[in-house]
Amino acid sequence: MINISEVLETNKMIEKENLDVRTITMGISLLDCIDSDVKVLCSNIYRKIISLAEDLVKTGDDIAKEYGIPIVNKRISVTPIALVGGTACRTSDDYVQIALTLDKAAEKLGVNFIGGYSAIVSKGMTHSDELLIRSIPQALACTEHICSSVNVGSTKTGINMDAVRLMGEIIKETAELTKEKDSLGCAKLVVLCNAPDDNPFMAGAFHGVSENDAVINVGVSGPGVVKYALEQIRGESFEVLCETIKRTAFKITRVGQLVAQEASRRLGVPFGIIDLSLAPTPAVGDSVAEILQEIGVEYPGAPGTTAALALLNDQVKKGGIMASSYVGGLSGAFIPVSEDQGMIDAVEAGALTIEKLEAMTCVCSVGLDMIAIPGSTSSSTIAGIIADESAIGMINQKTTAVRIIPVIGKDVGDNVEFGGLLGHAPIMPVNGFGCENFVNRKGRIPAPIHSFKN
Amino acid sequence: MNKAIITVVGKDTVGIIAKVCSYLAENHINILDISQTIVQAYFNMMMIVDMTNIEKPFEQVVGELVEIGHEIGVQVKCQREEIFDKMHRI
Repeated sequence: MINISEVLETNKMIEKENLDVRTITMGISLLDCIDSDVKVLCSNIYRKIISLAEDLVKTGDDIAKEYGIPIVNKRISVTPIALVGGTACRTSDDYVQIALTLDKAAEKLGVNFIGGYSAIVSKGMTHSDELLIRSIPQALACTEHICSSVNVGSTKTGINMDAVRLMGEIIKETAELTKEKDSLGCAKLVVLCNAPDDNPFMAGAFHGVSENDAVINVGVSGPGVVKYALEQIRGESFEVLCETIKRTAFKITRVGQLVAQEASRRLGVPFGIIDLSLAPTPAVGDSVAEILQEIGVEYPGAPGTTAALALLNDQVKKGGIMASSYVGGLSGAFIPVSEDQGMIDAVEAGALTIEKLEAMTCVCSVGLDMIAIPGSTSSSTIAGIIADESAIGMINQKTTAVRIIPVIGKDVGDNVEFGGLLGHAPIMPVNGFGCENFVNRKGRIPAPIHSFKN
Repeated sequence: MNKAIITVVGKDTVGIIAKVCSYLAENHINILDISQTIVQAYFNMMMIVDMTNIEKPFEQVVGELVEIGHEIGVQVKCQREEIFDKMHRI
């Protein structure tokens, strides 16, 4: 039988160390909503989302109350809209109508984000993919809850450089259209390479075509719990360090598994995956950077950071995988800058640069995340950054992503405030040398060979 | 059986157990096990209870216990047992 010290340990994790279930995300297929008329399509989409996710928020809140564990976000991901809207949308404005419909559904259901305003163009771009991509700035400017993503490459297909170049321009345009709010639109737009089908974490969430009609995915978190556990074993060997991270990750993930199964049962929707990620928030003590400091680097960015992060990421997976029946998504450690107070401190101390962050993305989940850069950064430079990050993903057979915010009207030395979970950030300098001649080449980078690994 | 864990944490005072237990009795909640400890001058109590016969929704019981806690100046939580079981047992 459960004893009092175990009960107190669990409750201390929740109350003092910010243990939470970060999100329950219901994935919904919109393929059966397709129609050749935009109005009919929009009403089909609205009806389907509302009928399937009607009880999502209430169920999440009930579970949180009954188990005493906060469930921070309730979210929805849908089939990439470029696939759904292809037959109906003749212009980018038609796509914006779908964005407004999704936003209205999110508002009605009380979910904070709905992801899937997406296109998968890793090898080539159809006309409708391009229309959707070109509608992104407008869609993000006139909605509150939409998250958008574009997959521009994969290990199997190579990198679609035409899409990379276009995304450089789209990010700039999104920044312009949302400049009143510190270019906030870009915080909801992510460019991916090797995107998974089943990711509950925004902004890159969408409901893959290989999925069920509806599915429940859960993202767990808990960097504070790991940090606290590591405080208890300062100075110990790597063996003890790794064992502690594994054991903690196991406990965190088990809670996610319980919540996922319970949500799936109550909503009558199959359970998909647990994404076992350490996802920070701007709250003190809920930081991945502080774990790296606890492992032993003065600030993230110091020599040793990449190794420490690699170790952390691997142990989180090792501990978490046994705790859940199905693991998927992005699983690992997230290193967003603006959402992690420890990362912000590291940037302000001069310890952390974009180049070091790029190196760190080779060994952790995802990529260059929530990084504010000067608004004057050219679209070709942004495309160059996306190409670099995609290449890391393509060659290493992992998911990588870029979510950077060129904040219009601000420069290095300024600060930007996104608010809420998106946090705040100092503007980081970007390498000013040009790459136009590289990104202006047409076509794609071929898929890599998987032998002769050196 | 529909088991839940009730924890009471706070400054020790007269009548904490009495107050919580009389609420449980009124609501047909059977106590299976009680343990308590003092950590850093704080009263920590845990009860394992059976909620099979409650007539109210579970979340209402949770809310009412929180209220009772407020009245006597301690923190009372009631959680389904599975969260502890899952975390600490393979």
